[in-house]
Amino acid sequence: MKPGRFTYHSPRSLDEALATLQVYGDDAKVLAGGQSLMPMLNFRLARFEHLVDVNRVGAEYAEPTFGDTRITIPLLVRQRRVERSAEAAAVLPVLTEALQQVAHPQIRNRGTICGSLAHADPAAELPSVLSVLDATFTIASSRGVREVPAEEFFLFHLTTSLEPDELLLQVSVPRPPANQFSAFSEFATRRGDFALAGVAAVCEVDAAGVVTACRIAAAGVAPTPHRLTDVEALVTGASLGDDLLPEAEAAARAQVDPTGDIHASAEYRSRLTGVLVKRALADIRGKLEATRA
Amino acid sequence: MRDHATEFPTRTQDETHTVGCTVNGREYEAVVDPRMTLADFLREKLRLTGTHLGCEHGVCGACTVIVDGAATRSCLMLAVQADGAQLETVEGLAEDGELSPLQCAFKRNHALQCGFCTPGFLMSVTAALREESVTTEEQAREVLSGNICRCTGYTGLVKSVLEASAGKDAQA
Repeated sequence: MKPGRFTYHSPRSLDEALATLQVYGDDAKVLAGGQSLMPMLNFRLARFEHLVDVNRVGAEYAEPTFGDTRITIPLLVRQRRVERSAEAAAVLPVLTEALQQVAHPQIRNRGTICGSLAHADPAAELPSVLSVLDATFTIASSRGVREVPAEEFFLFHLTTSLEPDELLLQVSVPRPPANQFSAFSEFATRRGDFALAGVAAVCEVDAAGVVTACRIAAAGVAPTPHRLTDVEALVTGASLGDDLLPEAEAAARAQVDPTGDIHASAEYRSRLTGVLVKRALADIRGKLEATRA
Repeated sequence: MRDHATEFPTRTQDETHTVGCTVNGREYEAVVDPRMTLADFLREKLRLTGTHLGCEHGVCGACTVIVDGAATRSCLMLAVQADGAQLETVEGLAEDGELSPLQCAFKRNHALQCGFCTPGFLMSVTAALREESVTTEEQAREVLSGNICRCTGYTGLVKSVLEASAGKDAQA
């Protein structure tokens, strides 16, 4: 058998899951979709004394809710559930676009959105998307519930602000205003692989075509989702014209300092980030024009 | 410091688990170690060796089976997690000795190749065609992209997917 030995826990309620984590948290790992965890266990890159499988804590945690003011995605919502949701595509198209780039359907069928966020792989799509959607992370433990924004949730490679006894209960985002346009752009050498870099962008645009708010985050170029604040500042107050896009590309390149690896050099990743920012903004401009045509 | 004042039963690493599930319409029950993957469970406990294991970390797709209607990597799921699940494996595709339309299309188009990756391709495509028909080569390649073949011959696979999808529509 590939994984090392562990004790398997299958709590049947949220309280039971939190109580289990309270007891074993220091030596335990939460198993949700398992699409990142199981490869690590199979390779024995990771070993845990206790595995807390949260898949049976309750069906009510497997459905997203689309409220008037917020969209909430609890811990057992599979990636494919949201990817194939017409409501999600209408309200949070950037999430749908990004999900379609996460590995393959066979992985997304089982992988959860909260699991990917809690895993916090800096090359993954969802952390950067939730960062630009202004997400709130609701964290539960037997000590209580607390909420943290995205910028306080992601700390480093595979590291979040979750304590050993805590569980990511849900992630929620404000329902975007009607004048919000978004795009997700990434480059991977083979479809479904982790991207060499990725960019999530949202812009709010007024009737005159001027961007009134902008959030852009890059994936794969820093230990956490990297907000490109210089590009955001450049874009905010401007219209998405031909002269702005090359400026945004240059600003993005200047604001990332990635590390190189066997897949791509640091220089290549910087250039790629600029190109992806330009593509995302061009995509947003196209969507904006389409609504006004 | 640990607080052991939990009300629910706790387990140890030596404890085994009984898994009951339905595979291809037949009920099975077996005792497993918690670290046994679903792929090993199918092959070693149930002797359903049609499901193949390639990379064992979720990349190659050879071990793909259908769990509760969804194509799933059986190397990335624990057997204990399948307790109560409805599973479909390559052994269940043929009915009364008759190959499924997809299997026929594979045979016709030489998509079987060396055969090692075949079960995974068949299960991935079976699940995909239940969701929606595939009418373009580009769509077919996307459906196939989650499975890796080392024989390099994707042309026959693409043709098979398109044929099987068209046949499905004709029957509908």
